[in-house]
Amino acid sequence: MTADSPADAGWFAGLDPEDGEALAASIADGSAPEPADWPARAVEAGFASDDEEYYDRLEAATTAATREAVERAERADDRQLVHAVRTMDDCTRTANELAERLAEWAGTIDPDAGAGVDYARELAGEEGRVDHPRVRSLAERIDALADEAEALREYVERETPTVAPNLAALAGPVLAARLISLAGGLENLAKKPSGTVQVLGAEDALFAHLRGHASSPKHGIIYTHDAVRGTHPDERGSASRALAGKLAIAARVDHYSGERKPELEAELEERIETIQVRTADGEDDGNGGDGE
Amino acid sequence: MSDLPAGVERRRFDGDERLATRGEPVYGEPTDGEWRAWNPNRSKLGAMLALGMETGLEGGDDETVLYLGAASGTTVSHVADVAGPTYAVEFAARPVRDLLEAADSRPRLFPLLKDARKPETYAHVVERDVNVLVQDVATRGQARVALENRRFLADDGRLLLAVKARSEDVTREPAAVFADVREELAEEYELLESRRLDDYHADHLGIVARPL
Repeated sequence: MTADSPADAGWFAGLDPEDGEALAASIADGSAPEPADWPARAVEAGFASDDEEYYDRLEAATTAATREAVERAERADDRQLVHAVRTMDDCTRTANELAERLAEWAGTIDPDAGAGVDYARELAGEEGRVDHPRVRSLAERIDALADEAEALREYVERETPTVAPNLAALAGPVLAARLISLAGGLENLAKKPSGTVQVLGAEDALFAHLRGHASSPKHGIIYTHDAVRGTHPDERGSASRALAGKLAIAARVDHYSGERKPELEAELEERIETIQVRTADGEDDGNGGDGE
Repeated sequence: MSDLPAGVERRRFDGDERLATRGEPVYGEPTDGEWRAWNPNRSKLGAMLALGMETGLEGGDDETVLYLGAASGTTVSHVADVAGPTYAVEFAARPVRDLLEAADSRPRLFPLLKDARKPETYAHVVERDVNVLVQDVATRGQARVALENRRFLADDGRLLLAVKARSEDVTREPAAVFADVREELAEEYELLESRRLDDYHADHLGIVARPL
């Protein structure tokens, strides 16, 4: 709706009944502080000859607007997310590797040489700090790679909540995207049992265990979640199991229904609090399990 | 047992008597000719009717309905089968794909991808003085949503509200959550009837109310 339309204008105000595109846009983007007797107003304004024609036009416009909005939402593709999060990790890893190489080389010519990506960024930002075109150029490339990783992280943080709203809310957008990436897509993740979700990213440890010369891994990539990291090591197995269970449910809801289920977050929070209380109280119930 | 709305009947499907409306099937429900069964286990409003609550839903082409939380259209399709112009508001894109299909064969069902917590984003579309406001939204602040959407309801209209205790607070006793919701609703509504829907939906309360 345009800024100059009156505050009490209906979705059809000032529009041609034949202009489907403009009508759909008005349904999608318009607003009004209060409802009114729109069918009567539309007939008065000559938008429709009677209520029946008004409702026919309303049906066409709401259906078109809603269909377009749904299609736009569904183009938010989990494949895009998988590529983005993998590229983000590649950029970060490569920037770190090159930064090590740079530190080694620059150490021979810069008396104040530091280490890591931060040092590369310093070199790149400071004209004339080292008088060596190749070292300087390398530092600029590392700087740019680190920028790219940062931009990719922002993209992942923006897109994950659209692709997997519940998973993003529970795990945070970046961990959610990593889980989708490790599983090979949201559908694959939705089909995995929670025990598999629990050890995604710990495949080496899992196969060592399956070959019989290691204990089973307690957690994979979900280790980075506060629910696990913030829990006493003795109880991290329980925390990982509880978290993985909720994540598996969230992935299924996101894939099969797409509706938000805010209660998942509350349930997880409650469960983790219960688990953390065990060690906070200095109690040990001794059975190592949690009855699930 | 209260009167059912016009267009809702008890009919036999495979030997069981069930509520039914006339329309195209939407969610794989059993059909008998043009009648389709209304599954109270998948529909809170269906459960309210099955439990004999006095919903005030009358049926007929002149009855207007605003339905908040239409999801994939399971319940709102039955409502549109019996009522007149029916506005279906749902916030999540994925289920709306199914809602659009349900709307295909129902020319007076208007699907809207909108947030029920922000009525000003659809007040330019939904008419005032609707006869029935149905609300089934799984979000915190369900009473607040009902109060915010009071503006659409006719003074002699009915609010049919399904409250999901677990959406408000999973850790609290449902009875305590329901008491809070009733109290907040009383700011602008007179509660006519409320009943636990546990036979069909765990930790849900069905409420019939009219605006003050």
